Amino acid sequence: MPPITRGFFGRRPDAEPGRLPPGQYLTHDFPVLSYGPTPHTPLEEWSFTIDGAVDSSPSWTWDELTALPSEMVMSDIHCVTKWSKFDTAWRGVSLDTLLEGVDTEGEYLVASCDGGYTTNLPLADVTDGKAWIAYEYAGEPLAPEHGGPARLLVPHLYFWKSAKWVRKITLTLYDEPGFWEVNGYHDYGDPWREQRYQGD
Amino acid sequence: MSPRARLAWKVARVRETIAETPKARSLVLEVPDWQGHRAGQHLDVRLTAPDGYQAQRSFSLANAPEDPVPVITVDRIDDGEVSPYLTEVVQEGDELEVRGPIGGPFTWSVGDGGPLLLVGGGSGLVPLMSMLRHRARQGSELDTRALISVREPGLALYPDELRALEPAANLDVRWTYTRSPAPDARDFSGRVSAEMLAALGPPADAAPHVFICGPTGFVEAVATLLVDAGHDPVRIRTERFGPA
Repeated sequence: MPPITRGFFGRRPDAEPGRLPPGQYLTHDFPVLSYGPTPHTPLEEWSFTIDGAVDSSPSWTWDELTALPSEMVMSDIHCVTKWSKFDTAWRGVSLDTLLEGVDTEGEYLVASCDGGYTTNLPLADVTDGKAWIAYEYAGEPLAPEHGGPARLLVPHLYFWKSAKWVRKITLTLYDEPGFWEVNGYHDYGDPWREQRYQGD
Repeated sequence: MSPRARLAWKVARVRETIAETPKARSLVLEVPDWQGHRAGQHLDVRLTAPDGYQAQRSFSLANAPEDPVPVITVDRIDDGEVSPYLTEVVQEGDELEVRGPIGGPFTWSVGDGGPLLLVGGGSGLVPLMSMLRHRARQGSELDTRALISVREPGLALYPDELRALEPAANLDVRWTYTRSPAPDARDFSGRVSAEMLAALGPPADAAPHVFICGPTGFVEAVATLLVDAGHDPVRIRTERFGPA
């Protein structure tokens, strides 16, 4: 049992029990965390590509990607900096749709973004309805500071895995740590097991 | 990559509290086996209520890495949960849990070289102060410019210490006051602008390492101004807090 902090009583979260992962607090704002400036890639120059350990490498322009069948996603999100936000509403294309017909030996992937950001995930964590390329938030085009024009959305993991400004997914045979993962953050990042930092 | 030992929670004792402004306070902590930090890193703090309820938040380290003990500066968020406790309730001798230091990209040491451009909004100055204190302790003369945006002079963090650092070679620290005129002609009034950044320098072709920390809107605005002025986005590191 950790020591009681003298004089601290705290505010209990106004969340139903069991909905907030350990160490998180509920916010109604939408904080922004990025390690560099916000990129502003014009839509006519934008594309999304799947490459790496694949038999063929599909690519979509903005118009092609947004013409694909999209899904509404309502989800709670959890940032490693300790805020959680409930019932966030997104629209995007399921990774299942984008990976359809892609043959791969890879069991992992690296998402690469405008601005140089990368993050790594097991392939199994982005398939079967668990991940999207999201381009709308709350019914509006996704704002640049929140990752627009499009970001990866993987709500069951800490939100640094939901890479902003995503442009490419590279399938890999082995797990290759991304930007935060080489900087001391956890390789997998499950908020329910509080996997914030390496060794957690 | 080899698995690393878990970054453990440790019980820290508050050695000293220092009032910095009416809203901000520094806490000097004694942490068992403290191994030091890199300027720009933060510390996680965890508080436990009598019924076992816990809250944790991150706070930037303010002191020079050369110090034997860590210091955080906490700015009170009026509707916050942890910062009001740390700025108003905690006393010398109290114990709280910490783990860290944490953070990689938003760090600098003299070994990384210069020039250095630091732009802080409000308590966003805190991790930049660790860099400035580190530079001073190392006797570095690397070209360093800092611009600090604060509402009014009374809310500025560490003003006397920063002015005392200033006679050092190649150091230029200036303030801009967003809700008040500037008492000193070297300083500015109003939000950070392209003109202020141009007056401060260094120019983009000097390729400074740039660190910007502050509220989200502030960081977005300053980073955009610097990219528009030709600074390579790769050399600009940001740390943001608060809602968009």
